[in-house]
Amino acid sequence: MARTSLHIATLVAATLASGAEAQDLVPYRITGDGIGQSLTGAPGDTARGRALVLARTTTCILCHSGPFPETRFQGDLAPDLRGTGNRWSASQLRLRLVDAARFNPQTIMPSYYRNGGLVRVGRNFVGKPILSAAEIEDIVAFLATLRD
Amino acid sequence: MIFWRAIAAAALLATNSALLAGEIPPDERRSGYSFMGPDSRAMQDDDTSNPGMLFVLDGEALWTKKTGSAEKACADCHGDARSSMKGVAARYPALDKTLARPVTLDQRINLCRGNHQKATPLSYESRDLLALSAFVAHQSRGVPITAGGDPELKPFLEQGRDLFMQREGQLNLACANCHDHNFDKRLAGAPITQAQPTGYPLYRLEWQTLGSIERRLRSCMTGVRAQAYDYGSPELVALELYLMSRARGLPMETPAVRP
Ligand code: HEC
Ligand code: HEC
Repeated sequence: MARTSLHIATLVAATLASGAEAQDLVPYRITGDGIGQSLTGAPGDTARGRALVLARTTTCILCHSGPFPETRFQGDLAPDLRGTGNRWSASQLRLRLVDAARFNPQTIMPSYYRNGGLVRVGRNFVGKPILSAAEIEDIVAFLATLRD
Repeated sequence: MIFWRAIAAAALLATNSALLAGEIPPDERRSGYSFMGPDSRAMQDDDTSNPGMLFVLDGEALWTKKTGSAEKACADCHGDARSSMKGVAARYPALDKTLARPVTLDQRINLCRGNHQKATPLSYESRDLLALSAFVAHQSRGVPITAGGDPELKPFLEQGRDLFMQREGQLNLACANCHDHNFDKRLAGAPITQAQPTGYPLYRLEWQTLGSIERRLRSCMTGVRAQAYDYGSPELVALELYLMSRARGLPMETPAVRP
């Protein structure tokens, strides 16, 4: 039962997102398994991207760890980000951040660029994506530099 | 648009095959205590260092204090809590026949105040309510949890289970994502437990005070950027009921200590 309702919620979310997205989010086009074009039309800033990944409010580091020796309290609910740039293209990383559920519908990784179709979102967050288009681009640029 | 529909269809196919892992089997259920370091354990184990015991002592004093326009103390109806309250907290939330719904221990205390002591309700997280519920629940320390067995509670239990499995908030996470599927892992360095409600009200070092299970659930909801349910809301009662039934057989620890 619970499982079914979860699936339905996911599905409803996926359907609703198309309506809501058009209003507030920069439109983007998915080609293959990625988003080829920068959401802002410009490349991101790797230094800002690194700072964002390490900022707790961005939430990455709650689940992930990575080559960040200065940061204590990293998570282990998700793969280490070391070598991300070897494994994934910028296009794939962009789609993963925008909506990780495209890669794995059951993933616990939040969709960072989505503004609707979610349940009981806190008052201060309603209708807003977790990250802005520019922040996504900064993080994509940084992740692409993480090479072994 | 066509593109989005294709995604939705793909998501449906994928989710049908990739089912979530099940709930935790009874013999693998572990209290939050077992996830703690030796210092926090020692603090909980020694009554002279457990800060929750100060609240229990306050609650003991309130138990025998006459209050309200009926000028009655809890003890005037219930006598010695050591015998009359033993095991009570282990079966809460319990069905209230008149209200035809489950009530929590906090709510029961306020129902007694209103109906029998003719006193005003104590507010949630107030020192007196925490002290009384800590004192009452302390009488069940070591008693295995039995809550949720009443067949009339079934719909409320199911509501609680659904809420536990429901993804919510801007981060789109369900309680089960952390507490069923990822316990023993670390969220920002801190161990994630199975969310067993064995020790409430309990002393959280992070809070620097005693707090109710509702306070804990509300902070998990806020953590995933969801709108937390109000204290005493049917949803929080249902979640507490589900958690207690999910913890069936684990011994009560009130007042527990948690980091
Ligand atoms: C709540 C947990 C959670 C959060 C928060 C989270 N992720 Fe993830 N992430 C995962 C999981 C789990 C995976 C594994 C694959 C999957 O489930 O999709 C993953 C996979 C990834 C991958 C691919 C890793 C690989 O090599 O296969 C990248 C890159 C990534 N995440 C980056 C990020 C960034 C950047 C952020 C923050 C903006 C973030 N994640 C936030 C849980 C999370
Ligand atoms: C993103 C991860 C996450 C989610 C989602 C989450 N929690 Fe928690 N929860 C935690 C962490 C971390 C703690 C503190 C350490 C611990 O006890 O697990 C905690 C603590 C708890 C505890 C205290 C356990 C104890 O020993 O005292 C309970 C009960 C609980 N959560 C229930 C819930 C419920 C119910 C939900 C859904 C409304 C929920 N949690 C959602 C991470 C989460």
